[in-house]
Amino acid sequence: MIRKILSIIWFFLITITKLNAGVELTGAGATFPYPLYSKMFDEYYKTYGIKVNYQSIGSGGGIRQLKEKTVDFGASDAFLSDEQLKEFDGEILHIPTCLGAVVITYNLDLPQKIRFTSDLIADIYLGKITKWNDGRIRKVNPGLNLPDLPITVVRRADGSGTTFVFTDYLSKVSSEWKEKVGRGTSVNWPVGIGGKGNEGVSGLVKQTKGAIGYVEFTYALQNKLPYGIIKNKSGNFIEPTVESISEAGNVKLPEDMRISITNTESKKGYPISAFTYILVYSDLSKANDKMDYEKAKTLANLLWWITHEGQKYTKSLDYALLSKEAQKNAEKLLKKLNFNGKMLLK
Amino acid sequence: MRGNRLYKTFINIGGALILGLLLSFFITLFINSLPSIKKYGFDFITSKIWDPVFEKFGAFPFIIGTLLTSFISLIISIPFSISVSLFVAEYYENTFFSRIFETLVDLLAGIPSVIYGLWGFFYIVPIVSNIQIKLSISPTGVSIFTASLVLSIMIIPYASSIAKEVIKLVPNDLKEAGYSLGATRYEVIKNIIFPYAKSGIFAGILLSLGRAIGETMAVTMVIGNSIQLPKNIFQPGNTIASIIANEFTEAVGELHLSSLIELGLILFLITLIINLFANLIIKRHGFEI
Amino acid sequence: MKILKDRLFKFMVIFFALLILLPLFSIIFMIFKNGFSVINLEFLTTLPKPPGETGGGVLNGIVGTLLLVFFASLIAIPLGLIAGIFLYEYREKKIGEVLTTFVDISQGIPSIVVGIISYLWIVKRMGHFSLISGSFALSLIFLPIVAKSTKETLKMIPVYIIEASLSLGVSYPRTILKVVLPSSIGGILSGILLGISRISGETAPLLFTAFGNPFLNFNILKPVSSLPHLIFVYAISPYDNWRKYAWGCSLILVIFVSLMSFLNKLLLKKWKIKF
Repeated sequence: MIRKILSIIWFFLITITKLNAGVELTGAGATFPYPLYSKMFDEYYKTYGIKVNYQSIGSGGGIRQLKEKTVDFGASDAFLSDEQLKEFDGEILHIPTCLGAVVITYNLDLPQKIRFTSDLIADIYLGKITKWNDGRIRKVNPGLNLPDLPITVVRRADGSGTTFVFTDYLSKVSSEWKEKVGRGTSVNWPVGIGGKGNEGVSGLVKQTKGAIGYVEFTYALQNKLPYGIIKNKSGNFIEPTVESISEAGNVKLPEDMRISITNTESKKGYPISAFTYILVYSDLSKANDKMDYEKAKTLANLLWWITHEGQKYTKSLDYALLSKEAQKNAEKLLKKLNFNGKMLLK
Repeated sequence: MRGNRLYKTFINIGGALILGLLLSFFITLFINSLPSIKKYGFDFITSKIWDPVFEKFGAFPFIIGTLLTSFISLIISIPFSISVSLFVAEYYENTFFSRIFETLVDLLAGIPSVIYGLWGFFYIVPIVSNIQIKLSISPTGVSIFTASLVLSIMIIPYASSIAKEVIKLVPNDLKEAGYSLGATRYEVIKNIIFPYAKSGIFAGILLSLGRAIGETMAVTMVIGNSIQLPKNIFQPGNTIASIIANEFTEAVGELHLSSLIELGLILFLITLIINLFANLIIKRHGFEI
Repeated sequence: MKILKDRLFKFMVIFFALLILLPLFSIIFMIFKNGFSVINLEFLTTLPKPPGETGGGVLNGIVGTLLLVFFASLIAIPLGLIAGIFLYEYREKKIGEVLTTFVDISQGIPSIVVGIISYLWIVKRMGHFSLISGSFALSLIFLPIVAKSTKETLKMIPVYIIEASLSLGVSYPRTILKVVLPSSIGGILSGILLGISRISGETAPLLFTAFGNPFLNFNILKPVSSLPHLIFVYAISPYDNWRKYAWGCSLILVIFVSLMSFLNKLLLKKWKIKF
């Protein structure tokens, strides 16, 4: 009797393991582009029937799982440093998928958007400016009736590429920040409460009067939160829009696409913009144990699609698409993809 | 024990399993914490810095956060736990009313912690935010206090169910003796039931504490996830369980991961000791839960 | 004066006791209010849509939770039974007492620690996240519950039943298997229901094991979604349709847990078990 039950269970297990043996790709990482990838992978599935399971556990998570070889590809807003690259046992490609921006969102009832300068943002996050009606903020916003409310600083609790982009910007514009805190996916924040993911931060800001937070552009729009207009390197106050974000990427791009475009040189560019990347081993046989030629080819095709046909989904979700130059660089990188030497794309 | 060899062997596997489980948990956690233990040693417990960029890790803020939330929630929950147990085991013992009430309390225990977190986030956080405004503190809503409030509700059933059992065990003749001497219900409770049941009640409270210390989801959604040491309970903080949940999948460096696992080891040991203590007390009083 | 104190105390006890019903009803109310309108056939039978689009459902979470619980049961129930029998057989001996304490302590281990262990033992070895690693994590929580309730129930079987069976010439192991266990089925089942109720609501151990999956998955070697995970991920998102999913999932979960609790009560009543 028991034997019968056991054999039925065993048979059941084997069957359902064999079922669903179609090609499925697993990826993890950045929450920044999650809405876009969600849409892209949904469309890709509808068109090609390939399932892509992407979990937005944060850029830090994407890098880690890529290293631990538990996923097929990682995703990060933070590009890997030279030291980090050394920790991988193969070459890692940074495939840009789109541009996004970190906006400064806040919870105040004001008739127009607040203007920020780079040092204001840095000092708020350093805990040096603690009230909204601080003289320095008022100076940049004449005519705006800023309330006598404490500034509740919100930042990310988890390891995040959005944090990387933001702290990268702060390190460039504030030497105090660079020394005390530095840039990274997770840092030792001087002040602030942590929210999990872009969702957590925007959720917290939405709940707290007088809160300030940094989130990816789409999240601010979705939560219908106001966001600040920021003075860029050229001295222009730029509002984050799909156009100004693309503008920020209009600079000379290196071939490996590992470039930080925060505090951009571009005159009309929004100063806290960044490329977001999908990270893959160039030799996909190194990705993990379950990778085979079929799967590698599927992944390569997916990445090509993301950087070409997939780009049409960016605008409606308020992401900026890749410039011609960025796309060309992406193509060159993708053509490096191979499986144990066997090239995957022509 | 009776039975043939085969039976005995089979059964002993079960025993070995139980023994092996706890032991292997400890060993795994310990081995994986070694990089962090080697680097920081004892300072890990006293260091206040948690800096993934400069690779300096210290557990102090999280230990404090864990202790604060657990003890505050315990203190808040005790009057409720005791009241519930007295309600069910004394005042309305064996009535239809109390049976319904017991069912409702069981429901409280069965609600998944992520739902407590949701409820805490949408209902309790705004309330605390208002309190903070009145106290002129940053109205984050999320704070040590918020987490303690939510926790206190979650742990009530743990203490109350044990306390209720112990109270029921108080021999009737002792109580009758008290009444026959003219004592009021309150006096019987105070002078007869409590002294008799007090270690059982204490054990129940300890179990509540154990639960509060290890709770993750509800806490992480309402505590604020700050890595600084909170200056007062209305500031955001963090607990060991919460920071592990936040950073585990994303810890990029080996040291970072090892530090998180070391935190897990500390948590494991603390809950182990508390539960052991509670169990020994219960055993000593000869009743099983 | 004495009477006053007595009345006052009674009032306080009743007041505090009934006060806890406030948060309980608040939670139930919150879930029903937000979740009720979400549940419809589409919600229960389709997959989640990308942010911003209406419709969709949480079939991946429902199926995922069912699968996770199923495989966790496959692991924990047989092993838990064996462990429970061990505890029963050795209950008078030192080893039995010590291991019973171990089992009791295990029930207090934070589920996040269970998640870490499962990640280190299974996910790292396998090289990827999977349904089976999630079930494994859940079984670590489930097993002590089954073992404990098995032991307690077996203890309650009167010795004379065993003696009677033995005197009829039935061997001891057979007696346990064919006489004692079947009569204990009520209590054991109660422990199982309790365990299922507990693990279906667990999130923390699944964060580092089952990983999540926007698609349906029946393959034990691949990642899988679950209702608590969906609640956690969607609840604080800024997208309306996703937040709705979280409420719907919460409602399903709460109804499921209440059902288990109700069944358990019926069971205990029917078999007249007193733990």
